[in-house]
Amino acid sequence: MVDPRLSDAPGSQPAKVSPWRDPRWRSYAFQAVLMGAIGFLVYSAFSNATENLKRQKIASGFGFWDTNSGFPISFSIQHYSEATSTYGDAFWVGMVNTLLVAAIGIVLATLLGFAVGVARLSKNVLVAFVARWYVEILRNMPLLLQLLFWYNAVLKALPSVRDSIKLPLNSFLNNRGLTTPRPIPEDGLGWVGLVLLLGFVLTIVVRIWAKRRQEATGQLAPVGWITLVLLVVVPSLAFVIAGKPLGFDVPQGGRFNIVGGLVFQPEFLALLFGLVLYTAAYIAEVVRAGIMAVSHGQTEAAYALGLQPNITSKLIVIPQAMRVIIPPLTSQYLNLTKNSSLAVFVGYPDLANVFTGTVLNQTGQAIEVVGITMLVYLSISLTTSFVMNWYNRRVALIER
Amino acid sequence: MSQSVSSNPNQSFVQQDVIAPSRPPSNLVGPVAWVREHLFGGVFNTSATILIVLFLAWVVPPFLDFVLFDAVWVGTDREACIFNEAHPIVGACWAFIKDRFSFFNYGTYPIPERWRVDLFFALLTIAVIWLLKLSLPRRDLGALYAFIILPVVSYFLLIGSPTLGLPIVTTNLWGGLLVTVVVSAVGIVVSLPLGILLALGRRSTMPAAQVFSVAFIEFVRGVPLITVLFMASVMLPLFVPREFEPDKLLRALVGVALFASAYMAEVVRAGLQALPKGQYEGAMALGLSYGQMMRLIILPQALKVTIPNIVSNYIGLFKDTTLVVIVGLFDFLRTIETARIDPIWAAPTVSPTGYVYAAIFYFIFCFAMSSYARTIEQRLSKADKR
Repeated sequence: MVDPRLSDAPGSQPAKVSPWRDPRWRSYAFQAVLMGAIGFLVYSAFSNATENLKRQKIASGFGFWDTNSGFPISFSIQHYSEATSTYGDAFWVGMVNTLLVAAIGIVLATLLGFAVGVARLSKNVLVAFVARWYVEILRNMPLLLQLLFWYNAVLKALPSVRDSIKLPLNSFLNNRGLTTPRPIPEDGLGWVGLVLLLGFVLTIVVRIWAKRRQEATGQLAPVGWITLVLLVVVPSLAFVIAGKPLGFDVPQGGRFNIVGGLVFQPEFLALLFGLVLYTAAYIAEVVRAGIMAVSHGQTEAAYALGLQPNITSKLIVIPQAMRVIIPPLTSQYLNLTKNSSLAVFVGYPDLANVFTGTVLNQTGQAIEVVGITMLVYLSISLTTSFVMNWYNRRVALIER
Repeated sequence: MSQSVSSNPNQSFVQQDVIAPSRPPSNLVGPVAWVREHLFGGVFNTSATILIVLFLAWVVPPFLDFVLFDAVWVGTDREACIFNEAHPIVGACWAFIKDRFSFFNYGTYPIPERWRVDLFFALLTIAVIWLLKLSLPRRDLGALYAFIILPVVSYFLLIGSPTLGLPIVTTNLWGGLLVTVVVSAVGIVVSLPLGILLALGRRSTMPAAQVFSVAFIEFVRGVPLITVLFMASVMLPLFVPREFEPDKLLRALVGVALFASAYMAEVVRAGLQALPKGQYEGAMALGLSYGQMMRLIILPQALKVTIPNIVSNYIGLFKDTTLVVIVGLFDFLRTIETARIDPIWAAPTVSPTGYVYAAIFYFIFCFAMSSYARTIEQRLSKADKR
C-alpha cells in the first residue's frame, strides 16, 4: 500500500487538510485575534480617556503650546523669561538642556571609560585592581543613589559662598556650584576659528592623500606632524597674530556673592558627574571586552611581521577591537541620554523635569505632554541607532 | 634521550645523570621579579603605582575612620551624632540606621502585621534559591512555585484577606525594602513570560505579530523608564474606566513590568538567535508542532544560555526600582531619603551614613547576582568545550 499523500501521480490533488490544522489558516486566525485584541484595547482606552477627560474637565489638543508658561527655569543657555515665554519655549529649553548634558556627558564618559577599560587590562596589578573595583562598585549601585549622593552629600555640603574653595585658574567651588572665568569672544576670533576649520579640512585631505600614496607606493608620510602643525601650531599663530582676541570675565570673590564668571550649578554638576562616572563604568567593560575579543594571534603575527608595539595597537588591535566595541558603545550612549531624565531628582531642568514635571502639573494634559516627551526621546534613540548602524556597517568585517 | 644514555653505560664521556636545571636569574622569578614586572616596569608603570598608592592612602584611611573607627553606634536621637566637646569628631551615625531599621524594611506597614512581610521574604528566598541553585531537584516545580503559587500566596499575604483572618493592609502603607522587593519581583515574574512571547513574536513569520512586537520593543527601549512611569502614573488612570482606577503601586508595577518585558524580549531573542538552525529544522522534521518545538526543543536550550543575561537584566531592573518614587511610592531609597531629613535625626553625618547604608545594601545584592551570573557563564562555557 502506498500512502496516497506520497503518490506523485500527475493530476492528483494534495490531500485535503481541515482549515483548523492548516498552518496558513491558523496563522491568519491568530493574527486576526491579535489585531482584534489590540484594536479593542486601543478603542476602550480611547473611549475611556475621552470620557475621563470630559469628566475631569481637562482640555485636549496642543493649544497650550503657545500659552504663556509663567514659571521660571533655573538654567537655560537660550533666552527664556518667565513673563513672556510660552510652554513651547519651555519645551525647547528643556530639550536643549537634555542635549547639552547628554553631549558633554558622552564625551567625558567615553574618555574616562576608555581609560578605565584599558587600565583593567594593565599589567600593573594595582592599576588593574583599582580599575576593576571602580567598575564593580559603580555598576552595582543605582544611578539614582549616586546622583543623590553627589548632589546632597557632596555638592550641597560644600562650604558656603563666603568660604568658597579656591581652585586654580580663578575658579571657585561652593554650595552654589562651580564658578569659572567666562570666555568673551572679541573681534577677530572668527578668523582664528576659520583657520582652525581650514586646518581641520586640510588634515583630512592630507590623511586621505597619505593613505592613497601609501597604498600605491608604500611610502609613509609624517601625518602626525602635519596634523599637529595644521591643528595646533597654525591656529595658535593665527590667534597671536589676530591680537589674542579672547577675553575672560574673571569671577571676583566677594563676602556674600561671587560676581561674574560662568556658573555651573550644583544640579548640573551632580547630574553630569553621576552620569559620567556611571556610564564610564559600563563603557570600560565594553572596551575591555572589545580588546579581549582580538585574538592574541593577531598581536603575535604583527610582531612577527616586525611591527612596533604602538603601530601594532594602532593598525591591528584597535581597528578590530572597535568593530566589537561600537554596537554596545552606541547603546551606552543611548542609555546615558535616557538616564539624563533622572535630572528630575536633582532639579536640573531637562526635558523630563520641565515638561513632564512642571508643564504637566500646570496644564494637566497628561496624554499630550507625556506623548511629546516620549516622542522626543524616541527620535533621539532612533536617530542615534541609525547613524551608528551606518557607521557600524562601514567598519564591519566584510566576509565572502 | 634517556634510552641512548642507558644503552651505552660504559662510554665515560657520556653524562650519566641529568644535570638539574640551573635556577633562572633571581631577578626573573620570585617575588622580586613579580613586583618588578607588575608594579615597577618602566617609568609610566612606576609613576602609576606611586600615584595609586598615594591616592589609596589619601582615600581609604579617612573612609575607614568615618565608617568604623569614628562611627557612633548607639543613640536614640540627633544628640548622639552632633559635634560637641565630648566627641569633636563624629563619623558615620549607625545609631540612626539602627533606629530606623524597621522603617527601611517595612515602611509604614502596621507593626502587628509585619510578620506577614517576613513570611513573604522567607517564601521568596525559597523561590530564589530553588530556581537559581542548579543542583536542586525538581526545578520545574520550583518554577511553578515561583511564577504561579508564590505570586498568588503573596498577594493574599501582603494585601490581606478578611476571609482568611488577615486584615487588609492598603498599599499606601507599604514601603522600604518591601516595595523594592515587590516591584522587582513582579517585574521579573511578569517580564520573563511576556518577554519570551514578545521575542517569539519578533522572530515569527506572522506579519501582525512581528510588527506589534517590534513596535512595542523598540518603543519601550527608546524611551527612559521615567517617562514610562509617568505614563503609567498619569495616563493609565485615564485609559481605564473610573471604577477600576489603579492604586499607585499597581500603576508603578504596570510601568515597570512593561518596561522590563521589552528588555527581556531582547535578551531572549539573543538566546534564540544563538541556537543553530538545525535545532529548529530537526524539531520540525520530527513532526513537532510549533508549541511542542518551542517548549521541548528551543526554549530550554535558548533560556539556558540566556541565564547570565537574564540575571544581569534583573540587576538593571533591581536598580531601576529606585525610580518608582516618581509615582509617589516609598521604596528603600526613598525611606532613607525621608529618614535622613527627619529633624529628630538632624545631624551632619546622618545623610552620608544613609547613603553609605543604601550603597552597601544595593552593592551586596547586585554584586551577588552578577557573581552568580558569572559562575553560570563559566559553567556553560565549560559545557560547550569539547
